[in-house]
Amino acid sequence: MTNKTGALLTIKNLTVKFATATGSFTAVDGIDVHVDRGEVLAIVGESGSGKSVSMLAVMGLLPDTATITADVMTYDGRDMLKMSPAERRKLIGREITMIFQEPIASLNPSFTVGFQIEEVLRLNLGMSRRDAHQRALELFRAVGIPEPEVKIKAYPHQMSGGQSQRVMIAMAIATNPRLLIADEPTTALDVTIQKQILDLLMKLQEDYGMGLILITHDMGVVAETADRVVVQYKGKKMEEADVLSLFESPQHPYTRALLSALPEHATGDRLPTVSDFFQQEGA
Amino acid sequence: MPDQNPAAGTPVVEGRAIVQDYRVPGSMFAKGKTVRALNGIDFKVEKGKTLAIVGESGSGKSTLARIIALIDAPSGGELLIDGEVVDIHRHRPGPALRSKVQMVFQNPYGSLNPRQKVGDVLMEPLIINTKVPAAERRERAEAMLKKVGLQPEHFNRYPHMFSGGQRQRIAIARALMLNPQLLVLDEPVSALDLSVQAQVLNLLADLQDEFDLTYVFVSHDLSVVRYIADDVMVISKGVAVEQGTREALFADPQHPYTRSLFAATPITDVEAIRARVARRKATRSAQPVA
Repeated sequence: MTNKTGALLTIKNLTVKFATATGSFTAVDGIDVHVDRGEVLAIVGESGSGKSVSMLAVMGLLPDTATITADVMTYDGRDMLKMSPAERRKLIGREITMIFQEPIASLNPSFTVGFQIEEVLRLNLGMSRRDAHQRALELFRAVGIPEPEVKIKAYPHQMSGGQSQRVMIAMAIATNPRLLIADEPTTALDVTIQKQILDLLMKLQEDYGMGLILITHDMGVVAETADRVVVQYKGKKMEEADVLSLFESPQHPYTRALLSALPEHATGDRLPTVSDFFQQEGA
Repeated sequence: MPDQNPAAGTPVVEGRAIVQDYRVPGSMFAKGKTVRALNGIDFKVEKGKTLAIVGESGSGKSTLARIIALIDAPSGGELLIDGEVVDIHRHRPGPALRSKVQMVFQNPYGSLNPRQKVGDVLMEPLIINTKVPAAERRERAEAMLKKVGLQPEHFNRYPHMFSGGQRQRIAIARALMLNPQLLVLDEPVSALDLSVQAQVLNLLADLQDEFDLTYVFVSHDLSVVRYIADDVMVISKGVAVEQGTREALFADPQHPYTRSLFAATPITDVEAIRARVARRKATRSAQPVA
């Protein structure tokens, strides 16, 4: 518990299969993931790459139709595969928390945001109503919500997208987690709000020394946040590298294709597409 | 030949002091009020050019797109198509005008009728606006499918059988069926994956060259705008805060709002990443992880 570096989450050979009407579909195919303490890992991929599914599998949030297998799945040296559901529940939502793409859809429209964040504190940390309320106000301040005393009584529909995502982040860090998984946290937001939310996440990550897994399709977000990057395509890992090497000298043709498909990297009139690259490489 | 055309040189679309007000009705507890979504917007787009309208949610960029596409009537100002004032409030646009201006929407999952086969999607504008006989309609629809990179055998399929990028191709094909001069594209690539986005942007560039199309391209993404636009208008809270050529605007943004947009756009430049990684290392060694 005391060592500051080293592996926080280690997954080896994770496979997720879904039973469908037409047979079994493999969404994640033998992925290895590891995150160190205080590290920011970005998992990049396009839709259908299995980038969300692999993390939902860790969180135990997949439906019953999913079959999850892995050789190793340890959190902080503890074997998650051998955990009882009760032990796992203690971990998830407390030490490992998650935020999602659609902040407004992640909140319950029938309750005030204050009630929802206080519920997290009371259930997970056993706080009294009064303590939870105080802590909720502190968290609102920490994530930069203006007028926390007023906003804590607001319903989700009375908040903007950026503010709702701040509420989700406040909820996710309420239990002082050591690993935060953010699934496309800024995709639904404007660029200026995206910048604020990313800055906030990075600040909290540094202040709390959390491990952060950032799932995204946006190479810009990767460039601005990640320490290390995993590139996924169709359920397989294409490449893994530290962020600088990935942008400087991408090894896999798919990574090269993704980077050159960025409009800001366009050199001529046409943008190269992924199929161009796979044809060139004969893959 | 085009020089003999008296209309040559007139902009394909022009807006003069366009204003759009929305009335929010009052209730038992609140008085009604008027929200000014657009406040005196001026613009011009020449033939074959692309005007990009950039702004954040709530800026009024889609409101303006709907006015240009002749869907909504503005509450004030003038809209000119091909040098002629168009007032859809007084006269519903007829087939001739509808054929000139077409629109492509952001979400290809929402803009196609799930119960309509792709062929019918493409032939419908011809049925409504022209007297083209059935056999020719089918021929034209199949040709258009090929033009946007799909296959004629996709004619009898339903939208759910296509990926997001393919659906956006169908939406573009539908907009082109009437040979329009002006295409209003409201965030046409923001719902698409990066590699698919590149393909659709390439397609739009090809089609513009081939048909000499004029584009009004609404986007929030500056990197896309930089790639596709000739002129750019930055709009914030219903006001055009900055307008200019792409080169001028990207080289030297004047308005503070434009600058804040640039500052917020993630940079994928290797040197910028190197600097960030170095900064992060420095803060980490100064203050070890608690």
